[in-house]
Amino acid sequence: MASLKDLKNRIVSVKSTQKITKAMQMVAAAKLRRAQEAAEAARPYADRMDAVMANLAAGMAGQATAPELMIGTGKDDVHLVVVTSSERGLCGGFNTSIVRQARTHIDTLLAQGKQVKLLTVGKKGRDQLKREFGSNIVDHVDMGDVKKLGFVHASDIGDKILALFEAGEFDICTLFFARFESVISQVVTAQQLIPAAVSDADVAETTADDDATPYEYEPEEAEILKTLLPRNIAVQVFKALLENAASEQGARMTAMDNATRNAGDMIDDLTLQYNRSRQAQITKELIEIISGAEAL
Amino acid sequence: MAEKLTFDLVSPERKLLSADVDFVTVPGTEGTFGVGPGHVPLMSTLRPGVLDVEGDGAKRFFVRGGFAEITAEGLTILAERAIDLDDLDAAALDQEIKDAKEDVADAKSDDVRDLAAEHLASLEELRTSL
Repeated sequence: MASLKDLKNRIVSVKSTQKITKAMQMVAAAKLRRAQEAAEAARPYADRMDAVMANLAAGMAGQATAPELMIGTGKDDVHLVVVTSSERGLCGGFNTSIVRQARTHIDTLLAQGKQVKLLTVGKKGRDQLKREFGSNIVDHVDMGDVKKLGFVHASDIGDKILALFEAGEFDICTLFFARFESVISQVVTAQQLIPAAVSDADVAETTADDDATPYEYEPEEAEILKTLLPRNIAVQVFKALLENAASEQGARMTAMDNATRNAGDMIDDLTLQYNRSRQAQITKELIEIISGAEAL
Repeated sequence: MAEKLTFDLVSPERKLLSADVDFVTVPGTEGTFGVGPGHVPLMSTLRPGVLDVEGDGAKRFFVRGGFAEITAEGLTILAERAIDLDDLDAAALDQEIKDAKEDVADAKSDDVRDLAAEHLASLEELRTSL
């Protein structure tokens, strides 16, 4: 049985842990708000981009001259999997669930005899994937010293992907990130970057619109598409990174909230145990005194 | 002018301006053009330059990389970088020029190099006019 002093020490230590988790929860809440605002602010751009892409894609559909970024290389032998994760831990199952999804995807591809290359963004994801697919990791982007996520970071990653694509290193590129649903729910999403996946609904919608407003293009459609597609990749990556940042803070907030509550329960248990053993000791001492007095 | 043009300027990070304006001068890749209310639907890429917004709360922006989309609803500029001209100083522009020079040096194909060189030229032009 632990001595009173030991129990006291444990209570003090759990209390200080609780203070830390509580503080982390509040910091995560503040950061989450900022991350959400950033994600919100980026939405108009991404939405317009999607609309414009769909518009152009509808015009280019079925044409042999369509750029490879849009229609692909015609093969699907080599896959590039981009996995985004966080730089710091203590955010519950956030990184694990992204990695788990990515791993399932990679395993399926490997089972089909495809070649898989990995590009990791964020330290935690790489650490988890390194063990199993260490030799598949072709590049890693460290976001550790990024204070505020800017478009430049996304465009750096986009450039890396494009450089690999131009060098013929892969045929299909898929991006894994956690989409922010709410504080308690983040959905891991796989998005195909290359060839650009333009949803049919968007295309159908814009084709219908096209009759009303035929565009004039300056320069030519193909020319615009050529500059637009690489930029679209950066935009998609940026969107994913922002969603990821918000999800990370959401997950951390929930995790820390749980930790704070657990610490509270533990303190209650320990305090009860402490009081019990204190009373037991007093009783024991009393018995000793009384029996000592009786023996005289 | 009674009619107004609905104008949005968005960068990937945020929406910079959303207002009803009279007239906007846009630096297109194939030449600067003006957009007023009721313009023909048009899509154009941008070269680095100054975006001039006229009307209530007239403003000038430095934009780099992106495109302009004109629909029946109005004009939307999607700029990779957009800086209020009041906040733009020589140092920031020098940085842009440095970046552009690197782009020219890094260019792999002639197409890309030509485009980067064009961008560099417009930046340097802007630098001298500042």
